[in-house]
Amino acid sequence: MTEAAITTPQRLTGRRVRRRPPVLIALCFAFMALVLLMAIAGPMLAPHDPAQQDVLGSLAPPGAEHWLGTDGLGRDVFSRMLAGAQSAILGPLVIALASMVCGNLLGLLAGYRGGIIDSLVMRWVDLMVAIPSLLIIIVVAGALGGGYWLAVGLLIVLTIPTDARVMRAATLEQTPRPYVEAAKTLGVTDGRIMVRHIWPNIAAAAVANSVIIFAGSLVSLAGLSFLGLGAEPGTPDWGQMLSENQPLLFTNPVAIIAPGIAIALTATSVNLVGDWIYEKMSSRGAGR
Amino acid sequence: MSARAILLMIGKRLVALVVLIAILSFLVFSLVHIAPGTVVDAYLGGKPATPELVQALTERYHLDEPFLTQYWLWLRDALVFDFGESTLTTLPVTDEIGARLGPSAFLAVYAYLLTLILGVIPGVVAALRQRKTLDRGLVAGAVVALSTPPFVMGILLLYLFAVLVPVFPAAGLGEGFLDQLWHLTLPALALALCVAAFLLRHSRASMIKVLDQDYIMFARARGLSRRHVLVRYAFRNALIPVVTVSGSLLAFFFAGAVFVETAFSLGGIGELLVQATETSDMPMIQALAMLIAVLIVLANLLADLAYVAIDPRIRFEGRSA
Repeated sequence: MTEAAITTPQRLTGRRVRRRPPVLIALCFAFMALVLLMAIAGPMLAPHDPAQQDVLGSLAPPGAEHWLGTDGLGRDVFSRMLAGAQSAILGPLVIALASMVCGNLLGLLAGYRGGIIDSLVMRWVDLMVAIPSLLIIIVVAGALGGGYWLAVGLLIVLTIPTDARVMRAATLEQTPRPYVEAAKTLGVTDGRIMVRHIWPNIAAAAVANSVIIFAGSLVSLAGLSFLGLGAEPGTPDWGQMLSENQPLLFTNPVAIIAPGIAIALTATSVNLVGDWIYEKMSSRGAGR
Repeated sequence: MSARAILLMIGKRLVALVVLIAILSFLVFSLVHIAPGTVVDAYLGGKPATPELVQALTERYHLDEPFLTQYWLWLRDALVFDFGESTLTTLPVTDEIGARLGPSAFLAVYAYLLTLILGVIPGVVAALRQRKTLDRGLVAGAVVALSTPPFVMGILLLYLFAVLVPVFPAAGLGEGFLDQLWHLTLPALALALCVAAFLLRHSRASMIKVLDQDYIMFARARGLSRRHVLVRYAFRNALIPVVTVSGSLLAFFFAGAVFVETAFSLGGIGELLVQATETSDMPMIQALAMLIAVLIVLANLLADLAYVAIDPRIRFEGRSA
């Protein structure tokens, strides 16, 4: 770690070249804002009622009336895309926030205090690493009958340990620093040291990690809806549209390509923003 | 590391493995008890509860025994691959799984090979062409592939290569080896691309780090050919972190297979799992959960062994958990 402190000219320029063009990041932010707008105002913006069926007008190709055509039950695909943004964003937002709060607290406690919390968190992490969380969710949700909020709850429980591990590692690097020692000498309580002194120094990592958790759970939730274990049948949801409209691959492919691309683009832009925050943080030298 | 140390390491890992499987088996068994309704309901799977059937199920699964005795009896049967009968088809669960193993195994091996080829080679090439257009293109492609889940990738591939340009079949398994290879190319690609993107990033980063080392420059200065230095010095060392992550890659892989098999209707283990969850086929869910857990744990052990094989310097005592 000591040689990292020596800054060679090569390393300086290397860092500058490696930084991503902000244009791309701006595009990602713009796309995220668009999806957010769709999630908030989607049903109001939609030209048709997303649930309204029209069997006679089913499988219409994209046109002036139906921008992305209609699905097998004659529902307007464009309206369903707009309305589907809500379930795509809401669950991951809850998961990212909940696992950030719990994961950060556990990570701080495990890294700063050590002891039994530390070993408990690490064993939990080991178990999660050994068995993919999506498979646990499929099995448990299958046994319990599935449902959107059940999937959200399970994802929270399974992402907390990964968040806690990252925050534990960040805390472990801060703990031996002089400012922590100084605060201890001044008689500051452990809780205050963790929250007011250490946390602001690892906040960038916490935010970047939560952004990446957001992207991951967006994909996971869409996947569970695709398998029929997420959103209730009938609700407009991108993952569910993929499985519902799969038989239309040859008749109205737009109805299945659009939600697929929406999931991939949203996840890509969120991941890029997360990477960018992380890189910005590490080039500032705050975390590492 | 001596042969004895390696054996000791394997022994330790096997003990940890048995403990892990024991914990998982208990959790899997408990699934019947957390399911909505009574335990008998879980084993009935929606069939009408005639007194005779309830009686038969109670005897079959020892439901009148205490919880821990039930678990012990279930585990004893499970050890000889007897997980009971599917509530959907009333056939032994193990037979049904056995019939479906073929396509899943074929898909897994095919996708794994594709992952290695599509992950490591472009990763190394990108590292050698650092900051050139090719490198940037590969890295950008990897970000997109990494964010595209296998089921979305599968559907996009289906659209591109089965509908727009119909070169591959849209569904089915095919007969014979070559026909199967042809039928499973799109599913295997869908499964491989996401994991390969992860591998690409890792092998690129690891290769760049190795190429920066003094011994690479020294080997070149001594007059060894570029090719020799790259293959014997750089590549082999760059592979070590790549093998380390392959353990966690396998977890991705097993989960992704469930989605890909469903998207392509391949009739493998993953699709069977989804079908079992849809119909609440409890003995089937339990058996599949155990099978997948054991496979993942064994795969992790293999990854650890590959790690020793590739880097003889590794001391396992020094590894952090």
